[in-house]
Amino acid sequence: MKRTIPLLISAVTGFVLIATAFIPKFVDWGNDAMAWFNLLAAFAFILGGGNLLKMQLQKISAQQPGWGYSAVTLIAFFITLFVGLAKVGVHPNINFPEFAWSGDYLSEGSAFWWLFEYIFYPLSATMFALLAFYISSAAFRAFRAKNTEATILLMIAVIVLLGRTYAGVWLTGWLPNEPILGSSGITYSDFHLPHLSEIIMDDFTTPGMRAITIGIALGVASTSLKVLLGVDRSYLGSDQEA
Amino acid sequence: MLKFLQTLDRRWIFLLMFFAVAVPLIMGTTFPEKPSDQVLSVFDAVDNLPDGSNVVMAWDYDPASEGELQPMASAFTRHCALKKHNLYFMTLWPQGIPMIQRSIDLLESEYAATYKGKYGTKFVNLGFRAGNEGVIKLVVEDLKKSYSSDIRGTNLDNIPLTKNLKNIQQVDLLCNVSAGYPGSKEWVLYGSSPFDIPTVVGCTGVQAPIMLPYIPQQLTGMLAAIKGAAEYEQAIINHYPELNEIPAAKEGLKRMGPQLVAHVLLISLIALGNVIYFWERKQGTPQ
Repeated sequence: MKRTIPLLISAVTGFVLIATAFIPKFVDWGNDAMAWFNLLAAFAFILGGGNLLKMQLQKISAQQPGWGYSAVTLIAFFITLFVGLAKVGVHPNINFPEFAWSGDYLSEGSAFWWLFEYIFYPLSATMFALLAFYISSAAFRAFRAKNTEATILLMIAVIVLLGRTYAGVWLTGWLPNEPILGSSGITYSDFHLPHLSEIIMDDFTTPGMRAITIGIALGVASTSLKVLLGVDRSYLGSDQEA
Repeated sequence: MLKFLQTLDRRWIFLLMFFAVAVPLIMGTTFPEKPSDQVLSVFDAVDNLPDGSNVVMAWDYDPASEGELQPMASAFTRHCALKKHNLYFMTLWPQGIPMIQRSIDLLESEYAATYKGKYGTKFVNLGFRAGNEGVIKLVVEDLKKSYSSDIRGTNLDNIPLTKNLKNIQQVDLLCNVSAGYPGSKEWVLYGSSPFDIPTVVGCTGVQAPIMLPYIPQQLTGMLAAIKGAAEYEQAIINHYPELNEIPAAKEGLKRMGPQLVAHVLLISLIALGNVIYFWERKQGTPQ
């Protein structure tokens, strides 16, 4: 029963959603299914919070290496949760001034807004900015022309890196728009780095991505069918749990 | 010399990268940009709409990618404001709400005559809804099933801009700025493509190859990374020269300076690394 009901729910919902693409009568049913999905997605935040608590508490209680970071995570989690739920420092909504909690939790001046603007925002931006430093170190140590494939990759990287900035124009902008050695099709200006960069993106990357995307789509379709028909039940957990 | 470089502490490289980004940023170095055809198709998609058209602004990014995406979000907002479009802001990312607020602040400060105090009649903030592509599937069919109220808690039936809006198939353009999942790809797959909603996107450099196959049939145009933002800003400035006087309208252009120096540094480091590699091979030392 524990497995049959979820299987039925998945199959019915899935087939209804497929039917909405072909039968207009099913559109409303599909919309209802999506509304339920969105509600469940909101509940997933609670599940995520619970999982975070469980994992971090386990680390702290077992005094695993780095358990202090888990403690910091939990303290930050509870402070954020409290100021968000209690709407600390939030002014009432102008439409409902008689209700103290009617304001938006992220309104300017609120404690949650303060946490976002002065803690989360700079920390997130800093973490992402650090990438530039690690990429530069990796470029120096790892990007080596060890074989033909790596050499081609390296040359393409240089063309795209230069072609995506003004350096490409500056280095090759002087190439004249004249045919090379009297040939009719190819001109010197075809070797402008920004132009070469565009060719790489349009004529090599795009078809490659198209092929990968089509492959993924076929894979998703076959996996979805297996899930809807109950052939693949891995998403329900192991047989022992049921 | 090569022996010194062989054992070079990576903190020197970090320092070089710091200067490569900081110096042009502080000096405000900019370079001329020529809008590409792809950027011009984005520009035309916004500019060719009649004044006062309805545009959905789906901002799916967070502070981590703000450095790359905020210039294009601001450029989209500024361009739509110049055309006096009606704007519907929404996000699929919980961290996206303050990103929307930055665009609203821009509207109310730079285009006060059109947008200040016009919440609900010229722009509306629908805020965040959980559900990723599930939200997209619903808003393209039945907006009010997903968003019964805006971010202020006002029922959509009581907001002039949304009371007659059944779904976003009725809008004139969908404009998305995205840093990943859920974002541009999901908007194309579940929103614009099945219902032929004209769509333009701005995305990070790593997303660009993923989005390229959808252009031009399913996606009108794309701004890729800070280069795309800079070219778009230049395209707007070319058509609306008054923006030349607004420094904030050139944020993307300003960021191309650090990008150029950082790219040149990266290429130099790759070249230097390879010189050391071949020297080591010649010496027969293990790599």
